Amino acid sequence: MCGAGKHADFFRFDWKSQRWNLVVVAGTIIGGYIGANLLSHESAVAIDPSTIKELQTLGFESAGMAYLPSELFGNTVFSDLKSLALLIIGGLLVGFGARYAGGCTSGHAISGLSNLQLPSLIAVIGFFIGGLFMVHVLFPLIF
Amino acid sequence: MRTLIHLLIGIFFGILLFKSEAASWFRIYEMFQFDAFHMYGIMGSALVVGMIMIQLIKRFKIKSFYGEKIVILPKEKGFKRYMFGGILFGLGWALAGACPGPIFTLLGAGFLPIVVVLVSAILGTFIYGILKNRLPH
Repeated sequence: MCGAGKHADFFRFDWKSQRWNLVVVAGTIIGGYIGANLLSHESAVAIDPSTIKELQTLGFESAGMAYLPSELFGNTVFSDLKSLALLIIGGLLVGFGARYAGGCTSGHAISGLSNLQLPSLIAVIGFFIGGLFMVHVLFPLIF
Repeated sequence: MRTLIHLLIGIFFGILLFKSEAASWFRIYEMFQFDAFHMYGIMGSALVVGMIMIQLIKRFKIKSFYGEKIVILPKEKGFKRYMFGGILFGLGWALAGACPGPIFTLLGAGFLPIVVVLVSAILGTFIYGILKNRLPH
């Protein structure tokens, strides 16, 4: 009733019944290792030439030549305050948004829509409003 | 046994996210530029398979591997939390170029800076937990 216990429900995590979630997550990490190290020779992503051109004008030199942009995911970002800040803000939004919306891309866009859930359609429309705003309006200001 | 199945499903999911390039920041950017069918193809085909499977499960009352009834709870009704939460998620998805699944895939693939995104995302869920009761749902 008084302040401190108010959020207790949310933070009460049942490790036993949620263990399977963590096992799937562990598998996803192992799968990423296998995919990158055992099943790939060359992991550069062949994005569309017009996308490469757009990214180059924003200053992403690694477009078309890597799996992730070195400008954000190279090991030099640990000493680059701006890139670090962008990763932190991006992560915060992903975590906060996924909890607030009650699901992410898999939970709403794939599972929820598969089950013909209206709330999932609203969430997916939200994902695209946010994503399009970021890429088309904010990226030219940020990069 | 169950643990092994869960682990194998996770491993398959991880390989799929990496090899389909759905875990690539570049593919997400390309998707929001509508420059290629790639991401829409991945999500669209998953959606078609999912819809068919769920319909089959419901029609034929298919049981799980363990003989239990499969119950898929409908999402809670509402608008604000889905729209506002969705927009915030979308902003982060485009900026970090990763949603929750790919964060773990990229960690396994060896991209160290994704740890920053992972820790921030977990912090984001905590912030939601603190603000939950004050947000419109």
